[in-house]
Amino acid sequence: MSNETINIEGATCAPSLPHGDQIVMGHGAGGRMSHQLIQKAFLPAFKNPALEAGDDAAILRPGPCLQLSISTDSHVVSPLFFPGGDIGRLAVCGTVNDVAMLGAKPLYLTAGFILEEGLAMQTLERVIASMKIAAEEAGVQIVAGDTKVVQKGKADGLYITTAGVGVVQAGININGAQARPGDVVILSGPIGDHGIAVLGARGELGFQSSIQSDVAPLNHLIEAMINASDNVHVLRDPTRGGLATTLNEIASQSDLGIVLYEQSIPVHPEVNAACEMLGFDPLYIANEGKLVAMVAREDAEAVLTTMRQTRYGEGAVIIGEVTAEPRGRVLMKTAIGSQRVVDMLAGEMLPRIC
Amino acid sequence: MKYVSEYRDAELVRGVIDEIRRTVTHPWTLMEICGGQTHAIVRHGLDQLLPPEIELVHGPGCPVCVTPLELIDKALVIASRPDVIFCSYGDMLRVPGSGRDLFSVKAQGGDVRVVYSPLDAVKIAQENPDKQVVFFAIGFETTAPPNVMSVLQAQRLGLKNYSILVSHVRVPPAINAILSSPSNRVQGFLLAGHVCAVMGYHEYPPLAETFNVPMVVTGFEPFDIVQGILQTVQLLEANKIEVGNAYSRAVTFEGNQAAQKTIQQVFMECDRKWRGIGTIPMSGWCLRPEFEAFNAEKRFDVDAITADESPLCIAGEILQGLKKPHQCPAFGTACAPEHPLGATMVSSEGACAAYYKYGRVLTTEHTEITKI
Repeated sequence: MSNETINIEGATCAPSLPHGDQIVMGHGAGGRMSHQLIQKAFLPAFKNPALEAGDDAAILRPGPCLQLSISTDSHVVSPLFFPGGDIGRLAVCGTVNDVAMLGAKPLYLTAGFILEEGLAMQTLERVIASMKIAAEEAGVQIVAGDTKVVQKGKADGLYITTAGVGVVQAGININGAQARPGDVVILSGPIGDHGIAVLGARGELGFQSSIQSDVAPLNHLIEAMINASDNVHVLRDPTRGGLATTLNEIASQSDLGIVLYEQSIPVHPEVNAACEMLGFDPLYIANEGKLVAMVAREDAEAVLTTMRQTRYGEGAVIIGEVTAEPRGRVLMKTAIGSQRVVDMLAGEMLPRIC
Repeated sequence: MKYVSEYRDAELVRGVIDEIRRTVTHPWTLMEICGGQTHAIVRHGLDQLLPPEIELVHGPGCPVCVTPLELIDKALVIASRPDVIFCSYGDMLRVPGSGRDLFSVKAQGGDVRVVYSPLDAVKIAQENPDKQVVFFAIGFETTAPPNVMSVLQAQRLGLKNYSILVSHVRVPPAINAILSSPSNRVQGFLLAGHVCAVMGYHEYPPLAETFNVPMVVTGFEPFDIVQGILQTVQLLEANKIEVGNAYSRAVTFEGNQAAQKTIQQVFMECDRKWRGIGTIPMSGWCLRPEFEAFNAEKRFDVDAITADESPLCIAGEILQGLKKPHQCPAFGTACAPEHPLGATMVSSEGACAAYYKYGRVLTTEHTEITKI
């Protein structure tokens, strides 16, 4: 073969595709594309300090002695029912958790339903029953709602949007900007269960799995943690985009570094196996019943002990620490002793070819 | 996890790295041919642990990265048709064609579906007799068996609505091309374990002898990779030109002969354009004339589409191991995973994506741990 056939100069790439002209699925994946959408489309229009804080809920101070945490979340999961949960439980827990992550006690939810023409009444009733159970477990009331019906084919069965409000006790200041160098990073249990359970329910794993979604209300766990320590600085639930994306958000909000210890991050063997086969990384898989916390080192043991006594915190472990450098970045000390960067999820998570 | 955790054992890996350190006396440049290996090397930070004498350069073994632009343009045209369900491996969706990608086609109403296996696409064809189902059959030797099986399965089922858009490439002609290049600096190869699991490694001794370059079949876990590096370094230090096998739990000299036979039944060798490299003679596979009915290029009359690439990206030099991703002026700025300039940034196996994801931000005070 002759050398002339090889283009040594390379120079062979297509122009960039920022997807600025239309919405693609990656805009909803919870990673960098979602952040860019918020930065470019929503923030400039709605600009205010509560929104700009960049947490999953907003803190409002409508009166001199009153602090409220408020959040909203839309739920579009397919299928509607999956091992360990369903869209109803998800819709209650997702908003309860977002409200509670700022140290609030969630009290009230609203629920908006978009129903597709032809949806079985029995399906709706099952979802409502599940919401009732989840709301009772969380100790919140669903106090207002709305229902719209769209034509067959215009929605995937049923979408639910919930909003929630909770009260933050005076003196509590927990949010993504409060991490401090020296804090330990605590994770409440194994990651990746929800995302893999939903993939399995869609029949996309290509094999049977016993993985259950972890969807759960975490407000009682959070209450216990706050009672155990005055030095819980950050709380966040690593939902879409996974643990890696959540930690990048916190590193960026706090303008500090986060160092993780690869070996200490718990992942169920089934989740790991599914990820290995499909070419996913558990660090980017969604969770719906886990939280990460940044806690002062001197209180870490007390907080861990308290967490492990609760239903949704029994697998709590320290997975890393907050450092002064590199600012806004997450690093991982690998099991074999090297170190790498852990980036945010870019767009949509895609399975690998081989 | 069984069969994985054993090969990620930190002490075992460090033991092999110590052995590499004891063995090496000269600087050596090795190329890992496979993108999966590039990804594992950067993910586990293996390059940080190697002695400074060993430089790893990243080869063209990412099937998504090397799929030529005009073939992606053909895919975009076919996928945009209202009568088509276009099925693809997941990471092809983000690869830019001329101004669009499959995500854009999907957003504009094209029926683009991610499948894990081409046999799933055959199933979709069975379930949708009024639609044309097209599978984007890309890849190296590794994905050839399932891709040809899908054609045979469709033939067996008498499906008239299934076809494949073929962009298959083969490793040995790529190695030949790299070693023939006057600017080549690769002195030893880590061969792609999964490719060799299918093909064996009987094709490589003639290449090793012609170019005086030792090669070692290498797996994908940290232990496999450092073991492959150790064996290659041992051969180089002893001035031995051989093809070794450091992945014997999966690879034999002959390979999977049933799979090879099936590939030969459906595919024949042909010239193939590689994105970033150019045309390499007889480096691809295409459908044999008797399977022409399953050729999507013919069925949808997209044969005539040609395309030129942007001059900004240096993916070509990266795929040939001439440059590292961070040496590209666009790396991490104009080019990032969410808006890739080149395919090496697109696929999770692409060298640029691996660098971006695992190493891009470390500044000078951290260079020791990243070497980028």
